[in-house]
Parts: sequence; structure tokens; C-alpha cells
Amino acid sequence: MPPVPAIETNELRKEFGDNAAVKCLTLQIQQGEVFGFLGPNGAGKTTSIKMLVGLIKPTSGKASLLGAPLGDRSTRARIGFLPEHFRFQDWLTAREFLTLHGQLFGMHSRRLSGRVDELLERVGLDGFRDRHLSTFSKGMLQRIGLAQALLNQPALVFLDEPTSGLDPVGRILVRDIIHELRAEGTCVFLNSHLLSEIEVTCDRVAFISHGEVIRLLELASLNTGQITAVLRVKGLIPETISGLSTWAQQVQQEGDRLTLTIQNESVLPEINRYLVEHGVAVFEISPKHISLEELFIETVGKEGGL
Amino acid sequence: MSSIFILARMTFVQAIRRRIVLTGLLLGVCFLVVFSIGFHMINTSSLTSFTGTNSSGVQNIIDTERSSGLFLAGLYAVTFLAIAMAALLGADTMAGEINSGTIQVIVTKPILRSDVVFGKWLGFAGLLGLYLLLMEGGTVLSILVQSGYTAPHLLAGVVLIYFESLLVMTVAMLFSSRFSALATGGVVFGLYGLSFIGGWIEQIGAVLNSQTAVKVGILTSLIIPSESLWRRAAYEMQSPLSGLLGISPFGAASVPSLFMVAYAVVYLLVVLALTVRVFQKRDL
Repeated sequence: MPPVPAIETNELRKEFGDNAAVKCLTLQIQQGEVFGFLGPNGAGKTTSIKMLVGLIKPTSGKASLLGAPLGDRSTRARIGFLPEHFRFQDWLTAREFLTLHGQLFGMHSRRLSGRVDELLERVGLDGFRDRHLSTFSKGMLQRIGLAQALLNQPALVFLDEPTSGLDPVGRILVRDIIHELRAEGTCVFLNSHLLSEIEVTCDRVAFISHGEVIRLLELASLNTGQITAVLRVKGLIPETISGLSTWAQQVQQEGDRLTLTIQNESVLPEINRYLVEHGVAVFEISPKHISLEELFIETVGKEGGL
Repeated sequence: MSSIFILARMTFVQAIRRRIVLTGLLLGVCFLVVFSIGFHMINTSSLTSFTGTNSSGVQNIIDTERSSGLFLAGLYAVTFLAIAMAALLGADTMAGEINSGTIQVIVTKPILRSDVVFGKWLGFAGLLGLYLLLMEGGTVLSILVQSGYTAPHLLAGVVLIYFESLLVMTVAMLFSSRFSALATGGVVFGLYGLSFIGGWIEQIGAVLNSQTAVKVGILTSLIIPSESLWRRAAYEMQSPLSGLLGISPFGAASVPSLFMVAYAVVYLLVVLALTVRVFQKRDL
């Protein structure tokens, strides 16, 4: 029997009055997968997450988390959630806050106390454990919110824009934590409009626009097609350039800049060796992948969610 | 530990940390000081003015009536303060947390949404209980020490007033689960005003023997029975003589029946159940 998917949705739909925020969401996400949910503002990302964690009721459609139907109470003990517009009980200290939420997860005090210390350290807040959340910066709140979502060592975590309030150091921290979660076999559902972040953390992404998934993509396949490489060189002669056709389908020269279209980047060392052997000084070789950003604009369109 | 008690404790700690309790206590102590000074001055000045009377029996009756009247006046003010506190706590709690989003990380835990309602309700019930204990206890003690007077059926009266504050708090929580805190505050104080006026129409109607006015009063009590609870409490605690005399500002001419008290109990339970239902259905 195949393992139950972490998330399975079937034509999930949510209407607010006449407006369908999510039109038809059908997805299957496996356990242990890091899944990126990408879309412009107002595409229905947060509404989708809110339906999955049980904050709002779908108008129609079906979904299950870890094999149990939406809203199943015991399943929620295995799920973590960091909301987008997080506001926490700011009259609590960091430790008290995590302890309260651990208790709500139904964790026993001995296990909880160790877990709280461990997570405070992991998100870099161990020096602030007895400070009230009211004195925390936005980034610190986001870190404590992330710790809150991981208290129960969940099998499935929903992170809604987890890095929106974070500086670059904080973003790297979140990225590292997601990598650790993947290594532990936790499924991560990541909502973001920060494409670079999705690109380095996710296994698969869904592009969502106007409440519909318009493209599903394995990120590993993103860079398997033709790529271009830009080289900065000195001392080229026409014969050397024509010799490049061994590896490159297309060669363009503009002064010291060479743009090559190649099948994949594994041929770049050979090109480099060839150029050096022919007396060319190579200053830079940079392969240009199709970025997720280009793909996103191509898929969703420049107007985004407007 | 049950999640209801975790949330009740959270609600309690929140009220303490956010200085709601401190503010309430400070104002409460101010009230008790003013009340005690006022009682002292009235007590001593009227003692001298009646020294001409040589019948100690009449003097005793006058003393008792004065203490009883002032006692009920004091409790009336305490009741109003408790109700204002109940309305504000109830109005802010659901709407405030839904609006800020704090509720999102609570209801997604493996708990029932009804646990949130019951937990908050219990936390506030504890707070209101402590507040009333201090304020009513202070009023009772102040009068007892200064004049030796204690009202009859004190426990029944105090319980009825506590129950009235719980009723208002529950109504506020119901509206707060659906509407903003500000709208809820408006609705709850509006209802309180309605029941206040209804109560007076009923009392004056009773004195003037107007059955229609009494019916109008009872009808408003059915919409929200808070004022009836106060009037029943006042009836329980008034001196036997003022009971015979009829209308007084803080007494009860037309006495709400025990049936009305039972109605209020059912009313509270129904409102609490509705609160759970509204909160369960609501998108957060």
C-alpha cells in the first residue's frame, strides 16, 4: 500500500460572497516533500492554507491531511502552522508563549520544557527567553512563531510567508530549518512570493493565479533544458570562435563578451580548457539558468494578481 | 491538563498582565474609600439630628433603614461597575483576538473551538467573581464596622448580582464572536439600557397600579433579564420595612419572580451555547 499523502485536495473551492477566492484546488503532496505555493498577491494562497488548517470552511470540495479529513482534531496534533499575519499573546515571555502553545498541543510538561529550550536556541532567541513578546521586533516574532509551529515535531508544517519580516540572516535560518525538516521527513507547505527562497528550498512548486493552480513543476527539472553561458574573455581570434561550435549550438560575440548556447553546463570546463589552450584569457564564465522568476512571469503574466 | 483550563488560566493571566485587574482594583478601592467616607458622614450627622427622639425603638428603625438604603445604593454602584467590566471584557475578547489573528494559532491546535469559548468564559467568570468579592465585601464590611448593620439574605443577593454580571459578559461574548468589539459594546450597553428602563417602567407601573406598564417591563426583562436579577437581589437584601413601603430608588417595588430568575439561568445557557455555535461556524 502506498503511504498516505501528506496533503490531498480535490476541487477545493472557497467563495466569499460572489467572489471565488479559490476556484478549484486539486493537489497531492507526499510526506517528506517540501512544496512551494507560489502566486501573486490575492491569488488565493492564504485562503488555501486557511482551508487546509481548518480556519475557514471550504464552500465545496474535499481534502485530507495525513489521511484524515479536514478538521480532524487528533490529526492537528501532528500539524504545525505559522500564519501570515502572526500576532501572538504579547503579554507573555518567549518561554511562556511556547509553553502555552505546547500545552495546547497536548504535550507533557517534561518533554515540553526540553523542547522549548531546544527551539529557542534553534531560532536564535535563547538570549531572550524571559523577555516579553511585546518588546520583540517583527523578525523576532517571526522566529518565535516558527518555533511555535515546530513544537510538536509535526509531520506536516504550513508556513505562510515565513520570511516576510526577516533580514537576510533570518532568511538563511529559515532556509536551514526547512532543509533540516526535509531531512527529518517532515512535509513542508511553503507559501511565498519570494521566488529565490522557493527556488533553493522546494522540491516542487505550484503556480497559483486567480484561485487556480496553473502549473505544477519539479524544480529539479527546471535546469535540464538548453542553457546559455556568458563568457568574458580577451585575445579571441575568429578561428578560435569557430572552433567553439564543437560544444555550442550558437555563438554570439560582442567585444569581450561571448554568449554561448549549450546543451548543458557540464561542457563548460572543456570550453574553458580549449580557450586557455588557444591563448585566450578567460575572466569569467557564468551559466544562465532559467530562473524561477522568469518562469513565474512567463506563467502568471506581468500583471500578476491585479 | 484540559485545554479549557489552559485557556481559562491564559485569560486570567492576560487580564492581570494587561493591567485590567490593577485598574479595576484601583478604581474599586477609590470607590470603597469614597463610599466609606460618605457613609460615615451621613451616619454621624443624622445621629446628632435625631438625639431629640427619646424612643430608642424608633431610633433603631431609622438607623436600620438608613444603613439599608445606603447599603443598597452602594451595591447598586458596585453592580454597575461590575457590569461595565463584564461588558468590556466580553466585547473585546473574541472580536479582539479574531481581528488581531491571535486566535489563528490557538484554534489550529488539537482543541475544540468550544474549548476556547468555555475557557475564556471561565477565566472571566473567575475575574468577575474576585472583583465582586472585593467590592461587595468591602461595602458590607464598611457598613458593618461603622454601624453594625448587615443586610438580610446577603448571600442570595450577592450571588444574584454575580450572576447578573455573568449574564452580561456572556451576551457580550456572543456578539463579540460575530461583530467588532466596538459594535458589541454598543449593542450590549444598549440592551442594558433597555432593561434598565424596562425595570423602571415596571416599578412605577406597579406603584401606580398600571398592569400594562408592568407587562411592558416584564417583556423587556425577557429580552435581557439582567436588571430583573438586580431587582431580585435588592428585594432579597432590603430591610423588611422598606419592602412594605414600596418604591425606592434601589429597592424593588415589583419583584421579579423566581420564575424570572430561572428564565435568566436558561437565558445564559442558551446564549453561551449560541456563542459556541457562532464561533464554530465562523471563518477566521
